Amino acid sequence: MATSRNISVSEASRPKLPRHARLKFDETRQVWVILAPERVLAPDEIAVEVLQLCDGVRSVGDMADQLAAKYAAPREAILTDVIGMLQDLADKGFLTEAREKTP
Amino acid sequence: MSDILADGKTSGAAPSDGLAILESQRSTAETFGIPLAVLAELTHRCPLQCPYCSNPIELDRGGTELTTEEWKKVLSELAEIGVLQIHFSGGEPTARKDLVELVQHATDVGLYSNLITSAVLLTKEKLSALADAGLCHVQISFQGNEPMVADRVAGLKNAHEKKLEAAKWTRELDLPLTVNAVMHRQNLHQLSDIIQMAVDLDADRLEVANVQYYGWALKNRAALMPTIEQIDETSRIVEEAAVRLKGILAIDYVVPDYYALRPKKCMGGWGRQFFNISPAGKVLPCHAAESITGLEFESVRSNHSIAWIWQNSEAFNRYRGTGWMPEPCKSCEFREVDFGGCRCQAFALTGDAGNTDPACTLSPMHEQIFRQAEREAAAHEDRFLYRNFAGGTLETDGEHGA
Repeated sequence: MATSRNISVSEASRPKLPRHARLKFDETRQVWVILAPERVLAPDEIAVEVLQLCDGVRSVGDMADQLAAKYAAPREAILTDVIGMLQDLADKGFLTEAREKTP
Repeated sequence: MSDILADGKTSGAAPSDGLAILESQRSTAETFGIPLAVLAELTHRCPLQCPYCSNPIELDRGGTELTTEEWKKVLSELAEIGVLQIHFSGGEPTARKDLVELVQHATDVGLYSNLITSAVLLTKEKLSALADAGLCHVQISFQGNEPMVADRVAGLKNAHEKKLEAAKWTRELDLPLTVNAVMHRQNLHQLSDIIQMAVDLDADRLEVANVQYYGWALKNRAALMPTIEQIDETSRIVEEAAVRLKGILAIDYVVPDYYALRPKKCMGGWGRQFFNISPAGKVLPCHAAESITGLEFESVRSNHSIAWIWQNSEAFNRYRGTGWMPEPCKSCEFREVDFGGCRCQAFALTGDAGNTDPACTLSPMHEQIFRQAEREAAAHEDRFLYRNFAGGTLETDGEHGA
C-alpha cells in the first residue's frame, strides 16, 4: 500500500490532492495554503493555479492545453513545467492519482 | 508530544521550489502573529496511565471541562482570528462524548483537524463517524512494538492490540496515520521494530519522541532516563531508517535534551508560534506551563478574547522574545535560535523559569544535571509511578498497571 503514495506524473495522469491535503485561501494572511498533517505550506501563484486544476478528472495533458491557451504559450514548455511541479508535490506526499477507492 | 508540533515539522520542503514554508514567514516575536495551529486539550481523563504523561500533575477534573458549546465557540473564534489547524488532544480526546460534534464544528468553520489519541477507546464506527465529520489526520501513540512492554508502560491490558486495530481502521478509511512513539530507557531497544511496525501499519509519519522530563516524566525520571549509549544507538537507527524509508515513511526525531549541547527551541519560543487550551479553558504557552508557579493564565471563560490573551496577557509576554533573558542567554549568539530553551524545564530544575534552561551547556547547572541523568540511567531503578487523578500510583512487583 505504501507504494501507492509514490506516483509518477505523466501527461496521462489525472492527479488530485489526497484527502489529507487541503488547498485553501487563508483570509487572515491573504495567501493560498496547503494544509497537511501538522504542516502548512504556501504554494506560489503558479502552483495554486495548477493545483486548482487537479480534480482527479482532468489529465495533465488537458491542463497543459488549458494553460497554453490561456497564456498563449508553447504547450511543450508548459507541459514540462507542470509535470515537474506536480512530480515535486507528489514526491512530498501532497498529490495522488484518481483511482478506485479501496474499501 | 507537543514540543514537536511547533518544531521541525516543515523541514520537508525547500522554499525555492514553489512551496515556500509559511511557518518561517510568520509569528515572529515582533508581530505576535496568530499561530497556524493550536492544541485543544479536551480533557485530562484517560484510560492510560503512562508514567511520562505530558499532562500536569494537577489534572483538571471532568467537572471543570469546557462544555460542548464553549468548545464550539472557541473553535469558531480560533478560525476567525486565523488559526488553520486544530489538534484535538488530551488526556484522551475520545473520552469526550461530543468529539464527533466538535470535529464537525471544526470542519464547518474551516479548520483542518488532527486527532491525537491513544486509540484504545475507538471503535470502527466511531472512527468512521469522525472521518465523516471531516477529520483530516489521526495520530496514534504507541508505547512499544509488542504488548509485554507496551501494555506495562501504558498501564492498561490489551492496549497495544487495540491500538494496532485502530491504526488498521484509520488506513481503511483512507485517513493519513502518524505513529507517535514516546521513547525512554525501557523501550528504546524496540526502536527498530517500532519503525518496522509503522511501515507495516502503512503510516505516513513516525514521531520518535524521546521523553521530555517535566511533570509526570520528571517524577519518573530515574525509571525512564536512557543511557548515553542508547541515545547514540537511537540516532544511528533513526538516521539509517530516514534514508532507507524516504518516500515511504517520514520520521520526525526529538532528541532528549539532557544529553544535548544546546537546548531545544521549546514551542518555537515562548508565545511565538503556539498556544494550547487546557480542558478547563486556560490559554497556555505550552501544555506544561501551569507547572510554573507565579504565572497567571487567562481563560477563554474570561472577558478577554483569545487574540487579546495571546497578544497582551502577562503570562505570554513574560518570556516572549529575548528582552527577559539573563546572562548567559542575553549576550548569546544562539538567543534567537533556541530562545533560551524550555521555561518549564528551567523552573523545574532551577526553581526559576527565567533562568537558562539547564539543558544548555552554557547553563551553570548543565554539568550537574548531565551527571545526574547518567547516574539515574545506570542505576536501573525501573519501577514506574503511574499517572492518575490520585496523584500517581507506584508500580508493585508482579502487578504492574496492566
